[in-house]
Formats: sequence, structure tokens, C-alpha cells
Amino acid sequence: MIDREQVLHVAKLARLRLDEAEVEAMAGELSGILGHVDRIADLDLEGVEPTSHVVHLENVLRADQPWTSMPPEVALASAPEPFEGAFRAPSPQADAD
Amino acid sequence: MAELTDLTVAEAAAKIAAGAISAAEYFAAWREAAAADDLNAYLWRADGGPSSGDWTGAGESAPAGEGVETPYGANAPAPADSGPLAGVPIAVKDIFTTEGVPTTAGSKILAGYRPPYTATAVRKLTAAGARVLGKTNMDEFAMGSSNENSAYGPVRNPWDRERVPGGSSGGSAAAVAGGLAPAALGTDTGGSIRQPASLCGIVGLKPTYGAISRFGMIAFASSLDQCGPLTRNVADAALLLGVLEGKDPLDSTSVGLGGGLSLPSREDLTGLRFGVPKEIGEGALDPGVRTVFEATIARIEELGGNVTEVVLPHAEHGISAYYVIAPAEASSNLARYDGVRYGMRAAGDEDLVTMYEETRAQGFGTEVKRRIMLGTYALSSGYYDAYYGQAQKVRTRIAGDFDAAFGEVDFVVTPTSPSVAFGLGEKTDDPLAMYLNDFFTVPMSLAGIPAISIPAGLAAPEGAGDGAPGLPVGFQIAAPAFGEQQLLEAAHALEGALGFAAAAGDAVPWRGGDRA
Repeated sequence: MIDREQVLHVAKLARLRLDEAEVEAMAGELSGILGHVDRIADLDLEGVEPTSHVVHLENVLRADQPWTSMPPEVALASAPEPFEGAFRAPSPQADAD
Repeated sequence: MAELTDLTVAEAAAKIAAGAISAAEYFAAWREAAAADDLNAYLWRADGGPSSGDWTGAGESAPAGEGVETPYGANAPAPADSGPLAGVPIAVKDIFTTEGVPTTAGSKILAGYRPPYTATAVRKLTAAGARVLGKTNMDEFAMGSSNENSAYGPVRNPWDRERVPGGSSGGSAAAVAGGLAPAALGTDTGGSIRQPASLCGIVGLKPTYGAISRFGMIAFASSLDQCGPLTRNVADAALLLGVLEGKDPLDSTSVGLGGGLSLPSREDLTGLRFGVPKEIGEGALDPGVRTVFEATIARIEELGGNVTEVVLPHAEHGISAYYVIAPAEASSNLARYDGVRYGMRAAGDEDLVTMYEETRAQGFGTEVKRRIMLGTYALSSGYYDAYYGQAQKVRTRIAGDFDAAFGEVDFVVTPTSPSVAFGLGEKTDDPLAMYLNDFFTVPMSLAGIPAISIPAGLAAPEGAGDGAPGLPVGFQIAAPAFGEQQLLEAAHALEGALGFAAAAGDAVPWRGGDRA
């Protein structure tokens, strides 16, 4: 049901690199799981409101007052590559440097 | 110090508050017990107590005169000899952030991560006088029903070390059942407190969605995740829930229970109505589990409870809806693990997208990848309505089924898990078979209602020979949203009548009765 091409497409969307063995396994496993899940496809749920959340809250806003923020050095302490008070990451463009 | 670790949490806290035993002595006794962990239940254990980072959240960086009391600084720790949990050590699932203390969520991608702040649930425990005894092993990002998905190795069931403790809060359940902690904190998204409690023969409570703050609880599926206690008995679960519940300014979806929760005292079930879903008669259930379930129903009737059949016509679709909704939310929540702000980064000077893909390929385990793929697929263009939209409608129907049932009965009861603890490796090759473990627990999660698992008896595993030692069977009781007090009262009365720990006798592992 889910073929190799679809697995590679979804993996790209999810920013996951899968190796060859994982692609094969994933295609079979996802097909099996979706085969079970597909049983809900036949239920007649026309007009039923979807539930995204069970607590019926709307627009929970706090008072517009400043709170203490985490100091930059604390926020950066766990970063793989802190750099001059910022998070450093490779360039989004390949071969940019 | 066997006598100290034999005390329930409620008894110990009362003795410490009264000065009958010292908090330091009690903590030391449990630290010694925790140090003997041979179940791989702990990922980190307190030695001199949890260390503390520099940042307390108490007003350092707010502009002068403008800052209000920061919510991060709320719930400051109480002295260990005061408060309702005075001096009580608690094992905390490694999904809760703890300032300065390693927090991995069972994942390699967070190896070595020391969070800069502490989860509200943990802060509330320490504000009540409790102390963190250790961080417990778990399925990676709480995805699993056997604890075999931890990047740090599986946890063993203290009743039988060749079997799983359940998951995802398997370390927390094994620690309490194995006598390595007096009580533990877990999280439950589709059964992750109740199912391991069932497989380990202890009490596990999933409160109403919103009862306890999720701030600092590493997110799996945000519309389902809820924190709760794993304990040896119902009264201790009530004690912890009373401390943990409450609205939190740091979690806008938190509601709380309004305070005033009292320790359960009820000893009969007269006048209470219990509904058994008709669908259980048809479902796949191990014969041993069915026998214990039916005996428990008989016990409810002996206590004066009225048992009737109810119908939950859409509950059978719970697994399908859950395994769309939870992975969909997870695929979004786990996008944050990108190798930039915290956690591991796959080394290399390649471009940004390659760094993301490599980091996630190396950092995530198989089940997490599977769920991210499933969720991304279900949310992708062309499939959104068919999967995610349809699953959300099923969720509405399941919640409606419970509403209708609670018009006729006070509680809905089911087995917690279709089987007793299964063998290590027994279900790892079949993800769907693993997911079906959650058959009885997922509907309550989708409906957001509270449910508790209490140990009801022992049953031999299916296929075991005559005379095979029994393993714990859990009994699940579910109540309407915010019906925790009534739920705990009923569970307490039934627990007293079942006398599980007394009946199991020396087989109970926290009394040293392990057999393997």
C-alpha cells in the first residue's frame, strides 16, 4: 500500500534520512499499520465535528506583563554549537562557504 | 532498614512530619534501595540530592520595576521535613525536565542534556517536601508499551526478569514494584501509566486531561499527554494527585481539580453503578486475564456495587484513531530536535538540511522514526482528511460513547491490558501487535477522562504450563472528567476487598519475592 517512493517522499518531509534497510522495513510496517487504521475510513461520520482537544478553552491569554526570561547564557548552555551569544548552524545553502 | 521502606508514602510522610522518623534517614534508606537497581529502572540516581543550576527563574533579568513574579520561580522547594510529602523520595520518569539533572526522554538525541528549568509537576512535589530520588527509564519519547524502545536498554519486570514491565513508564512502574522507590511519576498518552502499572502489579492513575500541568513534560502528543502517579496503593496515588493537580500559568491547557482532594476512605460500593462494555465479551483477551476480571466484577457486586452492561460502539476504533492522532502530533512536536538549540548534532560542515537529516537519523530510534513517518504521512497533502480528519471525528464519537455510558453508570470498568507481562523481544518484530496492547486504555485517553489501574490478581501467562507462577493482572476503572475523588474512593474500596498484596504474599517483588 505504501511503496518505496512514498516512504522516501515522507522521509524527506520529516527531515529523516533512512538507510536502504529502513526504507524497505518502513514500507512494509507502515502498510500493515495503515491497513488496520483504514477500518475507520468506512465509518459514516459525515457532519461529525472533529475533536482536536478535549478541554474546551478559547483564547487563554495572560496579562500583558513582562516575565523574567531565561538569560542568554543559560539558554545557550545546552546548544551543540553556541557562537557569540547565538545558536550556530550550517548554512542553509549547500557549498555556501 | 526494611521497616522504613515497608511504609506507604502516606505513612512515611506522617511519621516524618510528626518527628517519629527523620527525613534524612528515610531518604537514605530509599537511596540504598535504589542503588541496588538491577532492573535498569533508573537512568540517573540522586547521590547528594539533585544538583541545582545557577538560574532559578527568580527575577534576574526582568527590567527593574516592570517584572512580575515569574511563574518559573513559583513552587520553591520546601524543607524536606515539612509539607504533605515531607522527606519522601520520588522516582521521576525521565520525560520531566529537571534543572541541571540529565533528562533524556529515553532518547539518544538528548544524551547529556541538562535542562535549564524544572517541570511544574516536579516543582510541586518538591514544594510539598518530596525529593527526586532518580530519573527512570522509559520508551523513547514515551512511544512504546514494553520499554524496549529505550535508547538505554530495556527495563526488566521485577516479577519475572525475562519479561517486560510494560511502557512507556516502565522504569517508574518497575522501580515501585521492585522496591526501588516508594512512588513514582509517570506520563500517560494512550496507557503509558496504566499498562505498566498493570503488568507490574501496582496502582497507576491517569488523571483527567488538564488536571496536572504539562509544563516541562517533554511533549509526545500534546492533546493526550497527562502526568500521573504510580504507587503501591490507591491512597498514595490520591496523596500525590492532591499535590500535583492545579492550574499552571505556564500551561494554558491546564485546568486543575480545584483543590480539596481528600484521601479515599470508602470501604463499600453500595449504590455505585459500574458499566462493563459489551465489547469486552467479544474482544481478544487472555483467558487468565478474563478470569481475574470476572472475579473482580463479582467482588464489586459483593461490595454492594451494581454492575450492568454498557455499549461503547466506537471504542473498537480507538486504536486506529489513536495511531493517527498521536503520531500526527508527535511528528510536529519532535520537529524541535534539529541539532541546533540542544541535544546532539551529527558532526559535519554540510548544509543545514543534511545536518537535520543526519542528526535525526542518528539520534532517533526505530519506533520514533516509525511514528514520525506515520504522523507525517497522515498529515501530508492528499491524506489529511482521510486519516487525521477522520480520526478526529472518531475521537468525537468515542467521547460521545462515554458521555452516554456515564448517563447510566458511575464508572466504566475493563481489564487494563489484554495480557499479563509478555516476554522480552516477544512483540518487537510486530509493531501492530504491540499497539494492540493499548486496546483498553486508549479510548479513555482520547476522551480525556480519568482512569486508574489497580492490581486485581495473578494469572499465568497464556501458553504456560500448569503450575506456572502467576503474573499481575490490572483492573481499570474510568470515571467522568474531573471525577477523580469518586474514582479514587471506588478504587480504594475495591482495593481493600481484593487485598492483592496480601493475597500475592511473598511473590510481591518489593518484599524481595522475585523469582528469576
